[in-house]
Amino acid sequence: MLWKAAAIGLALAAGIGAAHAQNLTMAVGAPVTSLDPHYHQLSPNNAAASMIYSRLVETDNLARMQPGLALSWTAVEPTVWEFKLRPGIRFHNGREFTADDVAFTLARIPNVPNSPASFTTFVRPITRVEVVDPLTIRLHTATPYPLLPMDMTNIFILDRETHEGATTERFNSGELAVGTGPFRMVRHANGDRIELERNDQYFGERPAFARVAYRMITNDSARTAALLAGDVDVIDQVPTADIARLRRDNRVSLQEITGLRMIYLSLDHMREDGSPFITDNDGRPLPRNPLKDLRVRRALSMAIDRPAIVERVMEGSATATGQFLAQGIHSHIPGYPVPRFDTEGARRLLAEAGYPNGFRITLHGPNDRYPNDARIIQAIGQMWTRAGVRTAVEAQTWATFVGRAGRQEFSAFLLGWGMNPDGSHPLRNLIACFNRDTGLGASNRGRYCNPQLDAGLAASSQNLDPASREQQLIALERMALDDVAVIPLHIQTNVWAARRGFTVTPRADELTRAQDVRPAN
Amino acid sequence: MALYLLRRLMQSGFVLVAMSLLVFLGVYAVGDPVEILISPDADQEERERAVRALGLDLPLWQQYAVFVGRALQGDLGRSFVFNEPAIQLILQRMPATLELAFGSMFISILIGLPLGLYAGLKPEGRLSKTIMAGSILGFSLPSFWVGLMLIMLFAVQLGWLPSTGRGETALLFGTRWSFLTADGLAHILLPAINLSLFKISLVIRLTRAGVRETMLMDYVKFARAKGLTPFRITFVHVFKNIMIPVVTVLGLELGGTIAFSVVTESVFAWPGMGKLIIDSINVLDRPVIVAYLMMIVLMFIIINLVVDIVYTLLDPRVRLEGKA
Amino acid sequence: MSATTAPRVETPFQRFVSEFFASKLAVLGLVVFTIIVLVALLAPLIAPQDPYDLAVLDIMDGRLEPGSVGGSGITHWLGTDDQGRDMLSGIMYGLRISLVVGVGSAVIAAAVGATLGLLAAYVGGKTDTLIMRLVDLQLSFPAILAALMILAFLGKGIFNVVFAIVVVEWAYYARTVRGNALVERQREYIEAARCLALPPRRILFGHLLPNCLPPLIVVGTMQIARAIALEATLSFLGLGVPITEPSLGLLISNGYEYMLSGKYWISFYPGIALLITIVSINLVGDQLRDVLNPRLKK
Repeated sequence: MLWKAAAIGLALAAGIGAAHAQNLTMAVGAPVTSLDPHYHQLSPNNAAASMIYSRLVETDNLARMQPGLALSWTAVEPTVWEFKLRPGIRFHNGREFTADDVAFTLARIPNVPNSPASFTTFVRPITRVEVVDPLTIRLHTATPYPLLPMDMTNIFILDRETHEGATTERFNSGELAVGTGPFRMVRHANGDRIELERNDQYFGERPAFARVAYRMITNDSARTAALLAGDVDVIDQVPTADIARLRRDNRVSLQEITGLRMIYLSLDHMREDGSPFITDNDGRPLPRNPLKDLRVRRALSMAIDRPAIVERVMEGSATATGQFLAQGIHSHIPGYPVPRFDTEGARRLLAEAGYPNGFRITLHGPNDRYPNDARIIQAIGQMWTRAGVRTAVEAQTWATFVGRAGRQEFSAFLLGWGMNPDGSHPLRNLIACFNRDTGLGASNRGRYCNPQLDAGLAASSQNLDPASREQQLIALERMALDDVAVIPLHIQTNVWAARRGFTVTPRADELTRAQDVRPAN
Repeated sequence: MALYLLRRLMQSGFVLVAMSLLVFLGVYAVGDPVEILISPDADQEERERAVRALGLDLPLWQQYAVFVGRALQGDLGRSFVFNEPAIQLILQRMPATLELAFGSMFISILIGLPLGLYAGLKPEGRLSKTIMAGSILGFSLPSFWVGLMLIMLFAVQLGWLPSTGRGETALLFGTRWSFLTADGLAHILLPAINLSLFKISLVIRLTRAGVRETMLMDYVKFARAKGLTPFRITFVHVFKNIMIPVVTVLGLELGGTIAFSVVTESVFAWPGMGKLIIDSINVLDRPVIVAYLMMIVLMFIIINLVVDIVYTLLDPRVRLEGKA
Repeated sequence: MSATTAPRVETPFQRFVSEFFASKLAVLGLVVFTIIVLVALLAPLIAPQDPYDLAVLDIMDGRLEPGSVGGSGITHWLGTDDQGRDMLSGIMYGLRISLVVGVGSAVIAAAVGATLGLLAAYVGGKTDTLIMRLVDLQLSFPAILAALMILAFLGKGIFNVVFAIVVVEWAYYARTVRGNALVERQREYIEAARCLALPPRRILFGHLLPNCLPPLIVVGTMQIARAIALEATLSFLGLGVPITEPSLGLLISNGYEYMLSGKYWISFYPGIALLITIVSINLVGDQLRDVLNPRLKK
């Protein structure tokens, strides 16, 4: 171990960085479970897929759409999107990429067997696929659908000849892990590592490293230790507890970006008369649900010291927020304030609402899902208790928690939401009235419901003019937040750490990919 | 004998069926795997599709029937997460766990035997008393905390050994092992010591008891009278005699060691079966949980059966009919 | 202690006491354990802070080093955890939970196990076979896995933890009691009681049980230590008690990820407390076994 460290030290001192530059070893915290790009819609799988396969529409590190296998896309009619494809693209096995492969891919997606989370949601709006010529494809929808190009940023394109009838196992074994992406698959050890080599024919920017070992080290401490020991060059999901120490260590550098994941509190909007985990100060159930009162919701939001949570619990790797999306991202509400921490103000509002002595509540949350999740709810418990709402805190494993939250068993609970960079995404999923048939409000576990907002959302969802659509969405977000439909807490910062000699372009969408790593000077 | 064997086999089969039912019902009582696996922005239609895809739309008894039907053909289901046979996933991770278990057995003999021997030969010595008091520590120390302290001392403070993970592996018999590389050995040392703590104490106690008993035996007295050196007596005559119980008990402990590696693997991020079961519990990967528990139950049944049979063969005093 | 003048006529209890006090280590264990029990009982009176009252915790006091003075003016002699909880107070309250779980589960498991053991020995036949098969099954299956399974199904909580420990430990008592009862059953006084046609319940609990008590006590002491360690392990794995009322195991677990960054105290001190508790119980238990076990008497 000492020898190794010494050797690495010498190598760095002698500037042999160039010799290393052909190889890259990186470690990620979340395991890639499959190399079938349509089997399980899961960030780590999407990250691995985006090294091997390509999409019609790619996204840059700020989640903005960029040309991928499609050079351009336009709504040629209100219900028809036309994609012009990039000519001269070949799959890793030499086969040519054409519009027919896109049609094949879109047809495969709903038919992947055993898929626990499929990509079907993204292709369901498409009513008809029309191959105009080998480099032009038209996708028809029933109603005007402005989100279609964004949906295409989730779909990795496969080859009809290669992948007709392909099973997930044959992708996992590496046999059929064939795409048009910047890397080719060399070896895959499930749950352990993926070895890749550069695809010199890649149409985009040429990757900096010829060979890549993409390892999965799920234990936070082990990942940091591997970086410090020089076993790996880059790690993702740097644990907040280690950030301060790594910042001081001049052998490594941290690369950070404000992400797209908002951590928030969801409240019971469903019940009028009493909520299961709210009682008066003597433990008797309350006749009505105080959370239905806007003043109470505002008081609870105001009683939270967000900067303290960011600084003390998240150790700086988050941004306090009062809204869904971070600055610089589509549909961010310019100038919308982070609710000011004001314990006295919260007490006054509670008194106005008829609770001068507060009440008791239990705040629930997971303990193994988001960074420091159980610590955050405990901290909020402290703050609410000081504002007069005596809070008990209960953390459960995600496996137990999410089921109960989905059955509306809680009164107030912590959740996180990874956004698409578009206001319609949180609004449709978290805020819109729950509707089994339309699929709206699918993750609206507090069952907030505002018909006026839903009407506005319906109008915006058919608006093909980007600028006026964004203004519509911003107005709707404001409506939801002014009504405290949920209590936003902070937006997580995504942190990567790299050894000296390497640098990572941090991505807002949390994906860790080899093509984003470059040698540093 | 044949009748006895048949009865034991039938009993074991009954236990296996009872356990499978218990485990199946238990696993299906917790949480909803679809909620965990599904993409957060999935709508109701996609949720229902996933429920059907995982076979969770059938009534419970039908799911169990499907499970039993497949299990009889050696198929314990496919992992929801990896879409691979659960048995295959477990077998993939088995070498890491076995390596750890055998490493800890080796260490426990390496440390426990000499200490126990000394304590047995000089029962009244100050050092012996210290050893025996120390062995109480080995029985009582909560192993996860010792693991943390080992990491803190040897990895963080002294920097001698890597803190967690498995390190480099080398291929042998088509499987990857870490004891074949220097880096791998460095990685396995701390977790193996951690897992061996309890067994070191066990070996010390067994050896001490064995030595004390053997020293009183006639043949040892005879050897002494014959004027053999104490060295020869200890290492030839006594040693041979105490190895049998020590090895037997350690063999019996193998199952427990593999089961207990759940804790050690969690502390040291060791990618074995124990880590797999904890991860699978966290994402409710039911087929893997069921398969793992069934394999453990099977392993224990086999170990117990073998022990019973061997004992009956070795010791005619143990009656075949079972307990009085 | 052992040097006090021995009374001329010893009752069995006095003999027991004097034999027990012959080992200095065991006496030390007993003294330490008594102190631990007192600390746990008096925690609300002597702890510098109520670690369960969220209103007195402040995350701004989080992760203070041992000896620091927090915002509320309390000196945190053993530092604070991430929530600003005073570690010394946390440990005192944590001891309460560990002891409640340890003693509670041992008592319940002893009651269940002893009853079944007595029944097996007294009734014999099919009942005996059935109970002893269950015992064999239970003892052959690793406790940690059984407890893990039960808690995965039931969820967290002190009662669930106690239940899980009872399920994995009753068999030790059952086996011990049955073995002893089988021997006692042959004795004349039981024969006499039967001849007098005493009801079975009275024979079982009035005559057999008291004579099986010594080994039961020995097993019980050891099992308390085991139960405490098991609870700590389960809490460490995230399946034990709730976070707002941490036991020692959970306190250790909370500090785990801070350890590599040098904040050792969050998991170090609770670990020491756990260690001292378990060792002191085991020292007492070890001596009890030597004193109460007639086979070891030479």
